[in-house]
Amino acid sequence: MSLRIHVEGIGVWSPQLADFAALRGWLDGTPPPAPTAKPPAATLPANERRRAPESVLLAIEVAGQAVAMSGRTAAELACVFGSAFGDLSITDYMCETLAHTPTELSPTRFHNSVHNAPAGYWTIATGCHAPSSAVCGWRDTVGAGLLEAAALALADQRPVLFVCGDVAGAGPLLPLSGCTQAFGCAFVLAPEASERSVATLSLELVSRKETNTEASALPAAWGEANPMASAALPLLSVLAGRNRRCAMAAAGELGLDIHRENIA
Amino acid sequence: MPETITPLAVSAYTVTSALGYGLADHRRALEAARGGLRPNDFSEAPLACWIGRVDGVEEAPLPAALAAWECRNNRLAWLGLQQDGFLAQAEAAIARYGAARIALVLGTSTASIGATEEGYRRLHDGRMPAELERPAIHMPHSLTAFVADALGLQGPALTVSTACSSSAKVFASAERLIRLGLVDAALVGGVDTLCGSVLFGFNSLELVSPERCRPFDRARRGLSLGEAAGFALLERAEAAPQAPRLLGYGEASDAHHMSTPHPEGLGAELALRDALARAGLDAAQVDYINLHGTASQKNDEVEAALIGRIFPASTRASSTKGYTGHTLGAAGIVEAAFALLALEHGFVPGNLGGDEPDPTCGPQFAWQHERRDVRIALSNSFGFGGNNACLAFGKAAA
Repeated sequence: MSLRIHVEGIGVWSPQLADFAALRGWLDGTPPPAPTAKPPAATLPANERRRAPESVLLAIEVAGQAVAMSGRTAAELACVFGSAFGDLSITDYMCETLAHTPTELSPTRFHNSVHNAPAGYWTIATGCHAPSSAVCGWRDTVGAGLLEAAALALADQRPVLFVCGDVAGAGPLLPLSGCTQAFGCAFVLAPEASERSVATLSLELVSRKETNTEASALPAAWGEANPMASAALPLLSVLAGRNRRCAMAAAGELGLDIHRENIA
Repeated sequence: MPETITPLAVSAYTVTSALGYGLADHRRALEAARGGLRPNDFSEAPLACWIGRVDGVEEAPLPAALAAWECRNNRLAWLGLQQDGFLAQAEAAIARYGAARIALVLGTSTASIGATEEGYRRLHDGRMPAELERPAIHMPHSLTAFVADALGLQGPALTVSTACSSSAKVFASAERLIRLGLVDAALVGGVDTLCGSVLFGFNSLELVSPERCRPFDRARRGLSLGEAAGFALLERAEAAPQAPRLLGYGEASDAHHMSTPHPEGLGAELALRDALARAGLDAAQVDYINLHGTASQKNDEVEAALIGRIFPASTRASSTKGYTGHTLGAAGIVEAAFALLALEHGFVPGNLGGDEPDPTCGPQFAWQHERRDVRIALSNSFGFGGNNACLAFGKAAA
């Protein structure tokens, strides 16, 4: 079984990558300077930006980049937000507080702890009443979320914003997460080709054992620092025109073989 | 407006909550207007409130082969799968379609964070105690990964975690995968267990009632938290001609506030109209709506107004949170099961706890248990972040 999906916008942020143009720079051998310390998340109003946790800033930054590239209106896009861990610094705070002074739990940090906090902040900031979702699949979050977003785009014939991101682990959860730095990326996916399309992908559902990925030219350390980056960077390399195909896990035994059909 | 969908068969379903194990316990409790809430005997630190706790989880360890997944949430999931012959029906579907042709889509709000909380109470030199150094149970995907492993499923496996709409939205994700032909069937559901995060979290927002929750009562004081597990098997209609149908679903966002619903219920209304459109139904055709009805001041006010402006008095409406408590990420599947019970057995559950109805409630509200034919039933689920879902179920076509 395969799905054919058209990519209209791409966003990416990590401590080494300010955006998709920076990733192209790395692939071309001209790495740009590192971005600002925190994702700028300019889509958020200033007061929300001050209150929002890092996981939200990361997701909104890459979502904003992808939507801007697509030229679409954010409010019209259904959206799927993926994160393997949620915001581990909030989880660390909550569990630490619950262990000692549970009645002092911060209400703001509690409502920011829900897995759909990035989707909530995004839909509020953009006035989006379209369906929004928040999903996870642990190490397979990128593939599982991409399948969910592509299925939504094709089944309902509507453009979909797919965002995924994870911030670094914290406290006792840091070694368990294997995630030592932030990474996020986002894609605007459409069911039909148009003048907005920047690439067409075929996603084939295969047994995980049958997948293969061409070697990426990006630093291996980035993937080692964040499981999500490990899954997504080969796809970004394909979208940058460097590779034709990549593969990623979508669930325990399920893989996605991703093939770029053409590029604008 | 979306196009109508081809209805799917709900060929099996089950629920386990404070009302008991399996459908018969739930039907009996609903018919007898017997709630399952008790004074909080769960949290490590005292918190004066009522909870919907499932009895027996402590005495039900996972089978040895699944011990790596041990934690309260996965125990409740495993208990839930044993009821109503659900496990056997899931295994029969695997045999019929193949393990790679069945999707697994489960909803949860906090998954097994109770195990993470426990680890933090017993840290050694800043590390988790050895028996909790199991990364998989500290991830929000813990529930889904456990069920996939326990059943040997090999198809798409996704966790939806949109707070209290999580296990309603799983029906939408599953329907899309079946419609596109990526799978032939889907196992959907949700599990959430009581934990410090939600008890003290909702307490910090001043949303927890010190007494039994009273949805849509004028003197309601907030919600009672509960825990539950529920599952359903979705297949194409021809695979189970007599089974009740998933007719439609709707999803929409409030775009208003992280923890307060839109004052006019905008996202909730969009989700409801989306569900009716996919099901090809007019509002007047709906016989019963299981409401979100958390007993928070704001939710009930907004939802009562929504029902009043869209439905005729012949549409009956009630919240069942007074029976189970608010089971958060499991509320969608629990209340989908109640809507399905209403269809199959011809009754409308009374709105337990609404002794003095809030004046915003219209004539649609069923304050007492009603015996009546129910052909079309909806279920509302609304979550933090303004995340709204509505499900539409119907009897099999005659």
